Amino acid sequence: MQAGSGKGDDQMKTQAIKLLKRLAAVALIAPALAMASEAMHLDKWPAADHSDQRSLQYGAKLFINYCLNCHGASAIRYNQLLKLGLDEKTITDNLLFTGEKIGDLMKVSLSREDAEAWFGTAPPDLSIIARAKASESGSGADYLYTYLRKFYRDPSRPTGWNNVVFSNVGMPHALWDLQGVQSLLEETDDDGHVEHKLVQSTSGTLSPEDYDKAVADLVGFLVWMGEPVADTRKTIGIFVLIFLAVFYVLAHALGKNYWKDIH
Amino acid sequence: MAANIYPKYTSDGSRLGNLLEWFDARFPLTSMWKQHLSEYYAPKNFNFWYFFGSIALVVLIIQLVTGIFLVMNYKPDGTLNAAGIPVAFASVEYIMREVSGGWFIRYMHSTGASAFFIVVYLHMFRGMLYGSYRKPRELIWIFGVLIFLCLMAEAFMGYLLPWGQMSYWGAQVIINLFSAIPFVGPDLSLLIRGDFVVSDATLNRFFAFHVCAVPLVLIGLVVAHVLALHEIGSNNPDGVEIKKFKDEKGVPLDGVAFHPYYTIGHDLPAITIFLFVFFFVVFFWPEGGGYFLEYNNFLPADPMKTPPHIAPVWYFTPFYSMLRAMVWNFFWVDAKFWGVVAMGGGVVILAFLPWLDKSPAKSIRYRGPIFKTLLVIFVIGFLILGYLGTKVPGYYFFGFTPAVNEANEVVFSPLNYLLSGDLIAQIFTVYYFLFFLTMPYWSRIDKCKPVPERVTTK
Repeated sequence: MQAGSGKGDDQMKTQAIKLLKRLAAVALIAPALAMASEAMHLDKWPAADHSDQRSLQYGAKLFINYCLNCHGASAIRYNQLLKLGLDEKTITDNLLFTGEKIGDLMKVSLSREDAEAWFGTAPPDLSIIARAKASESGSGADYLYTYLRKFYRDPSRPTGWNNVVFSNVGMPHALWDLQGVQSLLEETDDDGHVEHKLVQSTSGTLSPEDYDKAVADLVGFLVWMGEPVADTRKTIGIFVLIFLAVFYVLAHALGKNYWKDIH
Repeated sequence: MAANIYPKYTSDGSRLGNLLEWFDARFPLTSMWKQHLSEYYAPKNFNFWYFFGSIALVVLIIQLVTGIFLVMNYKPDGTLNAAGIPVAFASVEYIMREVSGGWFIRYMHSTGASAFFIVVYLHMFRGMLYGSYRKPRELIWIFGVLIFLCLMAEAFMGYLLPWGQMSYWGAQVIINLFSAIPFVGPDLSLLIRGDFVVSDATLNRFFAFHVCAVPLVLIGLVVAHVLALHEIGSNNPDGVEIKKFKDEKGVPLDGVAFHPYYTIGHDLPAITIFLFVFFFVVFFWPEGGGYFLEYNNFLPADPMKTPPHIAPVWYFTPFYSMLRAMVWNFFWVDAKFWGVVAMGGGVVILAFLPWLDKSPAKSIRYRGPIFKTLLVIFVIGFLILGYLGTKVPGYYFFGFTPAVNEANEVVFSPLNYLLSGDLIAQIFTVYYFLFFLTMPYWSRIDKCKPVPERVTTK
């Protein structure tokens, strides 16, 4: 391009380059982007190490101690924890605090009116929260695993807490004594792009690694609660599919036999 | 019914034979059996596409039976229980957790809803492939379109019952559409809702329609659909009439008895494969990736919290796309009304297919390149409309971000147009209607191959 060409030409040139870049980008990464259009970044819940009975029991303990004060799980009865390998005595002695019976539903005494006055909204029932929070960005477990680890101090909020994946959340950080306090740092890189980063300001009773593991166990319990029958369902399913496969072989042979004289 | 052409059963002297003779003298039992099964002659060249009628019947039975058991524990009650959860929503979770086998029944019903539409869409497409709607089967087709309409009503009302966020807001959006109809609209939507917002009154009337009124009509239409079919006889992949060539007993040369050749010999293995896939979903993938059971619907309905993105269930999305594609206020009437016209018209126009198609050949096997090309585009367009209906308005394919000017308006650039979901939905909506409306013209000029006298394969 000649020297002294107008500003408009330069703009057009950059426009054209941008367009070309975009075309190339679309061609190269289109398949990946097609799936992840409305995504937000979620950390993957490490399912493998946190779905065994021990993890679920620990998750149940955390849930009852930390969550069940404000959140109910009104579709779950305490005695369903028997399925996690806990015995009746352990449940009654360690997990029932306010005179509930073992066959009771996990309800909270916090009234909805009070909750709305204090937090702006009543804490949701957590019975099936793990199924409800699934989205294009990841499973419900991924969401919860990220959410419970991304609280940070925010003096502008009435509770003093905010969250990276749920901004201006009404819930304070219930697990803060375990995790400690994080704060949000804003960093501006060379392109003027603002990046947010969480940093630990005070430590909690658990190390960051142990806190992640504890949250993973808690999430495991939330997942279990979402559908306690999930494992049974899959076991029965295998037998049903085997039966149908065998039945198909017979039905197909029978059908062939009927049709053998038709041409 | 020509019941008298079949002789009455005469006993062989056994006790059971005597009972059957007594019964048959008073009821057209053997004649109905013969007329609809053992002496109903269907073309012997049915292929894969002919499974879906029988499978649809299986799904209907699954839905009816599981539905009956669900009603035993479901409570159509929008009020909040002691834990602050709507009773209807809690009763579904009660079924899932505390009713013996309740989860199994519920998953069969929720999977059945999606399965019904998959099967019916394929069944309808079969009709388009082989011209099953053509004279003299117009009425079979029209009953079919009415069944499809009934099914949509049934699915829409059933979807409100779990009383989750998507149930609630989906119903809110769709019922509000009726208010766009000039003059009567607002009163009509009020009548449907029974309240000024979707509420307990809506839930209860939808429950009544879903479990009682619509199934009755649906079953009646299915009976009419089958009776009309058995009066005329089935079409086949060659689109020829097998009744033209009969043997001395009046049996079509290219026909086989529906029972046992099709019931056991053909449909039973197919139904087994269908059930394999169906139960795979029920046992291993009940949420269907968020399409069969939407994630947001695991949150109880909350009239105070509108979800950021409300999309209908997948089987409505092609027509929902047509609704959203209408953004122009024609003749000083609000675009919303034209959207409703497009959505309703998209279904109703199917009923006119028997008279729009002027092709000399019925089956795609003998139809020309124009039909084949236009049909392929039609199917692709319909699928893309369905995909776009699940997306937010202003969606761009491949996560593309459109170029904008200083005022944040989308500027003119080829990609901004090529990748715009809104624009593509509009193009395919127009195409959908043009496909039907111009059919009388292009179906006549298309170059068809000669149609054989008798069926070809098998």
